[in-house]
Amino acid sequence: MPKIVLEGLVKRYGSIEVLHGIDLEMQENEFTVFVGPSGCGKSTTLRMIAGLESVTEGEIYVDGKPVSHLEPKARDLAMVFQDYALYPHMNVAKNMSFALRLQRRPKAEIDEKVSAVAATLGLTPYLNRKPGALSGGQRQRVAMGRALTRDSATFLFDEPLSNLDAKLRGEMRAELALMSERVQKNMIYVTHDQIEAMTLADRIVVMNGGYIQQQGSPEELFKHPVNKFVAGFLGMPPMNFLDGVISNRDGKAFVEGAGFSIALPPEKTAVALSHPAKDVTLGIRPSDLVYDPAARDEHALSLSIVVSEYIGAQTVLLCDCGGQKVEVELKSTIPIDKSGQLRFAINPEGIHLFDQKTENAL
Amino acid sequence: MSIAIRANRLTPYMFMAPAVLILVVALLYPIGYMVYASFLDWSPSQRIGEADFVGLRNYANLLTDEAFRESFWVTIKFASVVVTLEMIIGVGLALLLDRNIRGMSMLRTIFILPMMIAPIVVGLMWRYMYHPTVGIFNRTLKSLGFEEGIPWLSDSTWSFVAVVIADVWQWTPFIFILSLAAMQSLPRSALEAAEIDGATGWQKIWMIKLPLMMPVLIVTLLLRLIDAFKVLEVILVLTNGGPGLSTEIVALRIFRTAQEFQELGEAAAMSNSLLMLLMALTIGMFVFNKIQEGRAERMRLAANQEAH
Repeated sequence: MPKIVLEGLVKRYGSIEVLHGIDLEMQENEFTVFVGPSGCGKSTTLRMIAGLESVTEGEIYVDGKPVSHLEPKARDLAMVFQDYALYPHMNVAKNMSFALRLQRRPKAEIDEKVSAVAATLGLTPYLNRKPGALSGGQRQRVAMGRALTRDSATFLFDEPLSNLDAKLRGEMRAELALMSERVQKNMIYVTHDQIEAMTLADRIVVMNGGYIQQQGSPEELFKHPVNKFVAGFLGMPPMNFLDGVISNRDGKAFVEGAGFSIALPPEKTAVALSHPAKDVTLGIRPSDLVYDPAARDEHALSLSIVVSEYIGAQTVLLCDCGGQKVEVELKSTIPIDKSGQLRFAINPEGIHLFDQKTENAL
Repeated sequence: MSIAIRANRLTPYMFMAPAVLILVVALLYPIGYMVYASFLDWSPSQRIGEADFVGLRNYANLLTDEAFRESFWVTIKFASVVVTLEMIIGVGLALLLDRNIRGMSMLRTIFILPMMIAPIVVGLMWRYMYHPTVGIFNRTLKSLGFEEGIPWLSDSTWSFVAVVIADVWQWTPFIFILSLAAMQSLPRSALEAAEIDGATGWQKIWMIKLPLMMPVLIVTLLLRLIDAFKVLEVILVLTNGGPGLSTEIVALRIFRTAQEFQELGEAAAMSNSLLMLLMALTIGMFVFNKIQEGRAERMRLAANQEAH
């Protein structure tokens, strides 16, 4: 299976530049997920790889060969679209076999392929139905089946699950993960949903404003975000940010702000003290805040509850810390006094520091 | 039942009454009048009450009337030829122009100009262009070395060609504009999927675009067909049905039967025959629509049942 490389990819519509030079290497059989907010350029990048959008500058290499001048059909890829893009006038079998029929493959081979793929996706009873007579989830499966039947080297997914309801989306996500393990192909997947990205990806590429913010394994990005955007985008509930100032007390580094004064762990001390700017943002994920009434001041936040959202086993508390918002998660069974101050100990490994101006991690 | 409730029940009908009244006066009365007249031997000098009732004689006469049968044949030939040409050219143009061209909206307006010109004017315009000596066509042919020129309106074959050209010129835009609209509402992503699946430009047209446009194309075709059967003014001005009966379509025949031959009863019978033919086409269109809707409905139901 080929290795796909993007080199200095730029896209302009007239005078508006929407992609500012994308450099990326995707390994063989890797599941790459492009994730980012609407308009970040992730879909455009995918459509350029597919050949549906022209490349303004830069080049796309598949196994070392430049392909940006090739028609989509010459690039050996299959694509699943957000709105499924099924052919409404063809039944499921015809939809799935369209590419093979265009290639004039023998009928026996086509039938065999279609029924094999239909069986794995549970589509066998619907082969004679037209897309109009299928539910959303079934259409999604047909779109997937159409891509699978083709046996292409690379699969492209453009927000394939975003038109499904939450329950179905979860199911399909699991099936997709299974499928990617089974077929062992290059998968390039675009989504705005960070949960899809985290669960499916071998490599996550976080994009914003036409730039790649960071790329790497889900764990790498979750644990070591390079800037405030990546830190805030991945993880649910999102990371809390508290503005403060670095201070030096007898060689120990503290971050001080309205309502808190937190001691930094030893491994962060050197970077924090040598950093030229003193104005920083402290980043702490809700999962790194542990309810502990006995925690010491320099390792804890004192919070007053603004809103409490009961979601079953967990309760999400939206709290106030000296005028800044902080979200924490708590087991619903822990008895708390909702009117008073609550103390949450900070997991020292979960402390992230960002420069307030550049928003880059320290 | 109290009066109030009864009045309530009548309310909708009272609101409908004006429309029904207009429909009866403007549509049903003239048609009924025409149907009644088709059973009479009636000349314009008589009041309708004085005319003799002749039963189905007018219709029986039509069957043996060589000239009427000829004009019926001419009409069918004319309608099928022009509608076929217009469909091919109109859809072809739409396929060619279905892209983002600068000034497309301007182009579209120019394209539909012929439709906006009054048919009488179109007829006059083309009559001058077809003129044997000073018309633009023969003058151009002459400058190209064809001294003879073409007897556009004086030869029975050429005059048929001439009226076909004029009609195609006027009504192709209608099909063009409808098929362009249909084409631009096709799902973009299905076409992109076809591109990725490896379809060439032609394959996209034959296997995706045309099948998806088919419902619109069929309705367009039927609308145009109904219209083509009723065409009158352009041909009246261009050839007045001649030479001989070569371009005398039924509408023109009816017009002349009433005006020149003063046979109102017979003209009414002809009108009724044409009406019945058009009715058959309209019902055909209606049934087609019903079938389409029914199919869509069944599909929706099936899909909903799956979902629950």
